[in-house]
Amino acid sequence: MHSWTQRLLAAATTAALLLAATCAAASALDAFHVPSVEAQAHVTKINQFRKQLNGNDKVTLTFNISAKLESLFTWNTKQVFVFVTAEYENSKNSLNQVSLWDRIIPDKDHANVQVEVKSKYPLIDQGTSLRGKKVQLVLHWHIMPNAGRMMRGKMPLSEFNLPDTYTS
Amino acid sequence: MGFIGDQVESIRSMQVRQVLSQIISLGMIVTSALIIWKGLMVATGSESPVVVVLSGSMEPGFKRGDILFLTMSNEPIRTGEIVVFNIDGREIPIVHRVIKVHERQESAEVDILTKGDNNFGDDRLLYAQGQLWLQKHHIMGRAVGYLPYVGWVTIVMTEKPIIKYLLIGALGLLVITSKE
Repeated sequence: MHSWTQRLLAAATTAALLLAATCAAASALDAFHVPSVEAQAHVTKINQFRKQLNGNDKVTLTFNISAKLESLFTWNTKQVFVFVTAEYENSKNSLNQVSLWDRIIPDKDHANVQVEVKSKYPLIDQGTSLRGKKVQLVLHWHIMPNAGRMMRGKMPLSEFNLPDTYTS
Repeated sequence: MGFIGDQVESIRSMQVRQVLSQIISLGMIVTSALIIWKGLMVATGSESPVVVVLSGSMEPGFKRGDILFLTMSNEPIRTGEIVVFNIDGREIPIVHRVIKVHERQESAEVDILTKGDNNFGDDRLLYAQGQLWLQKHHIMGRAVGYLPYVGWVTIVMTEKPIIKYLLIGALGLLVITSKE
């Protein structure tokens, strides 16, 4: 005969295994989900462009974003973290990737983003390479599941040129 | 006399065998746990493949008590990834999101800035004094998998050690008293 402890152990083991299998299956299903994101973003204004006291270029800007992110959501999606980066290359760095703005999207109903925003974080260079620099705006998303694998994706949007001189 | 002596001898040898087999089964449990942990370390390349979220700085994504699975590969770190990093002079590693990356031309050395999703400002206040960036060697791993609530087990056990000892005692008793 089986004692109650053995029964309990067997039940707990089965439960844990089933949960693990469900998580694995959910992640596997998510891997086959191909989202189709439509998005645009344009810089509408350079608010301030100057050299900081520590010698680094600093830009604050305004841009509009229009992004339809509904397709990122599946039944296993807890939230989507969406953000816009400014990306450029200069003589010092092969990649500069600076977050300008981000937002947490809790569900599908909030996944149609149409906003004009000021950069939440300023674009700060490591040095003074930003005058006249061509900078790429890129939309990124990071999908957090209820349980399982986290996924990322990105989409290059528009390019903009910074002015040749600092604003006052 | 001879008959009783035989009986005592047989019982004694039975018990010795049973005790031995119990010790071995206990050893199996401990070593298989160790094998799983070390195997995960090898598979993920991270010195701590599983971490428990201890603070609310990444809410609503990660809450206290959730667990994260980490990997450590040579793939470059990019903005948006959630990394676990160590700061000199701080015991507990931090789980936050990368918001800035500057990667050098030749050396591919990298400067990283992080921020908690639920925090207002970036992490420079959490870094060591005068430290502006994280480098590669600060990073313990990047989060790739997520499981809610499971980490509460370890939080409860570290904060209420008596529960830990009770649990270990009960499990040990179970192993020792169980037959077949």
